[in-house]
Amino acid sequence: MLGYLSVSFAYGILTAASLPWFVPIIISATNLTGTGQFVGTQLLIAGAAIAEIGLTVFIINIRYILMSISLSQKMPKSLSLKKRLLLAFGNTDEVYAVAMRENTISGSYLFGVILSAYLGWVLGTALGATLGDIVPPDLKSAMSVALFAMYIAIIFPPVMSDSYAFLIILSSAAFSILLKIIPVFAFLPSGYSITISGVLSTLIFSVLKVKRQKKGARVKAPNLKPLMNKREG
Amino acid sequence: MSPLKITVTIIVMIAVTYLPRALPFVFVKKEIKNPYVTEFLKYLPFGVLAAMIFPDYFSSTLHLESAIMSFSVALILSIKKYGLTTVALSAVAVVYFTEILLLF
Repeated sequence: MLGYLSVSFAYGILTAASLPWFVPIIISATNLTGTGQFVGTQLLIAGAAIAEIGLTVFIINIRYILMSISLSQKMPKSLSLKKRLLLAFGNTDEVYAVAMRENTISGSYLFGVILSAYLGWVLGTALGATLGDIVPPDLKSAMSVALFAMYIAIIFPPVMSDSYAFLIILSSAAFSILLKIIPVFAFLPSGYSITISGVLSTLIFSVLKVKRQKKGARVKAPNLKPLMNKREG
Repeated sequence: MSPLKITVTIIVMIAVTYLPRALPFVFVKKEIKNPYVTEFLKYLPFGVLAAMIFPDYFSSTLHLESAIMSFSVALILSIKKYGLTTVALSAVAVVYFTEILLLF
């Protein structure tokens, strides 16, 4: 909960440095997603085209499709359409993590979890956005780094135990740098090069991982042939 | 940046955040079991965020030195599993103080 407040506070303060103070509050209140908000807002401030922003944020949010599917399995079948539409709004990474610990979830339980997450998120943003005016300009330029540092804190922790995550990060970084350097691709707006690098690197190594795992399963299955010959004889 | 662009962007963001959450929650009854799909979707944020960090991180500060210093600190703290805010504040502090040092 406290982590939630500090992340939204950071979002509020960073965004209020470049946009009107109420903008981050509105975004937080209508989106309720950490990574997507950060990326979308960053691209907006950088002047990216709306199509780029939409595409990049959508791709970052695609994981919610999976999360909604699996969360939906745990809800009572009787849950009304209206309630589903309402509750779906709050299916964030944190809410999902909490809710998935249970075997079955009632609508009211999920609503409670979502409500506390929502209040913390919007309040934190509001605090950050309004206090943003007090921050001196020297510190504000150092803050652009804060956003990148948060992305680092999101993607690098699993690297020690998940080599595929590491490979994806490495290859995505390589593609992204190449797309910036090689003159042929220099015309590509940053939003698209981000999407291309991200999707390509993820595709390559996630497919590789699944193929390796399938191969491993085949190798591990015992060879039953000698046993069967003995029985027949 | 025009108020119109900001408004339209916010609406687009709402759409691309709410729809992936709402549509499957309402319509999909079966679990997706295909590992190609699940692993791809699971790893996508890693790819996209990495592309956002590199190379732009290194041109986001006044001098390359402060970028490299703060990046190293952020990397080490992240791998040691420190929280988002700790990593962010540390990176900001490193940039701030490195820039001051570079003035001498």
